Amino acid sequence: MNDILKLGGREFTNRLFTGTGKFRSRSLIPKMLEASRSEMITVALRRVDFDEGSENILEFIPKNVVLLPNTSGARNCDEAVRIARIAREAGMGDFIKIEIITETKYLMPDNEETLKATKILSAEGFTVLPYVLPDLTYSYKLVDAGAAAVMPLGSAIGSNRGIRLKEIIEMIIENIDIPVVVDAGIGRPSQAAEAMEMGADAVLVNTAISIADDPVSMGRAFSMAVEAGRLAYLSRMGEETRTANASSPLTGFLR
Amino acid sequence: MEIILNGISYTTLSENLYGLICEKKLEPSGVIVEMNGRIVRKGRWEEEKISEGDKIEILNFVGGG
Repeated sequence: MNDILKLGGREFTNRLFTGTGKFRSRSLIPKMLEASRSEMITVALRRVDFDEGSENILEFIPKNVVLLPNTSGARNCDEAVRIARIAREAGMGDFIKIEIITETKYLMPDNEETLKATKILSAEGFTVLPYVLPDLTYSYKLVDAGAAAVMPLGSAIGSNRGIRLKEIIEMIIENIDIPVVVDAGIGRPSQAAEAMEMGADAVLVNTAISIADDPVSMGRAFSMAVEAGRLAYLSRMGEETRTANASSPLTGFLR
Repeated sequence: MEIILNGISYTTLSENLYGLICEKKLEPSGVIVEMNGRIVRKGRWEEEKISEGDKIEILNFVGGG
């Protein structure tokens, strides 16, 4: 089946986006990418820790995988814009995940600052993927601001609680004309499948893969779930009913 | 000479950015250098002289989601 996701001039056949955070060994990252066939992965920009030496996560990411630098650490629009520009200058390409957070308990994104940064960076030619608290009105505004996709959170980052904001994410999927990527909170493959069955265009999963005992096979499990959920969505599921509808004929034998 | 390195006051003996990277024992391929708000490409590290009070950020890409 020819089912391609187009984003920023790139074509993705795999709808699982992954992240590089929290792997116990960075050497697991290329193995996870191979097992999951994920075609886009996030990275973060930080000051070098002089006691540890420089890290350069990029050495662990095969060249055919699209890099999605995030603006994590940014607390407002200006900081996010600065990180995005540095990432592009450093040769990371045009993709940028805007992540602006000031609230520390649930790490909720600041939609207002995110919208401002989306406007600025889209105008500069970035392919902007804003990470947002699900909100239909903001999603419309992000489309107008030039976002390439919207990335509503399912639940708090790293919480593994799944698609808790389902109703609103469904509204966004049904009404927004750009790709919707459910990002954050997806803790198990069934939840990734759920997002895809709802009609999400892709999911971004980091923690649930990286902290698994076996991140490589977990990457594969998520990839299979994403593919299954996508196929189910495209195949159009039957309606739910309150009462039974027999799946075998009820007449013609014994009676 | 006194500079602000990654937000902290730091005394360096180096006269240019390349020297500073060596002084901090960093692998040049893995880092990005911003000097007074502008990125300095690797090829220019040796020419780029450091002056008193310069604000220098040495950054790298790390794991993140």
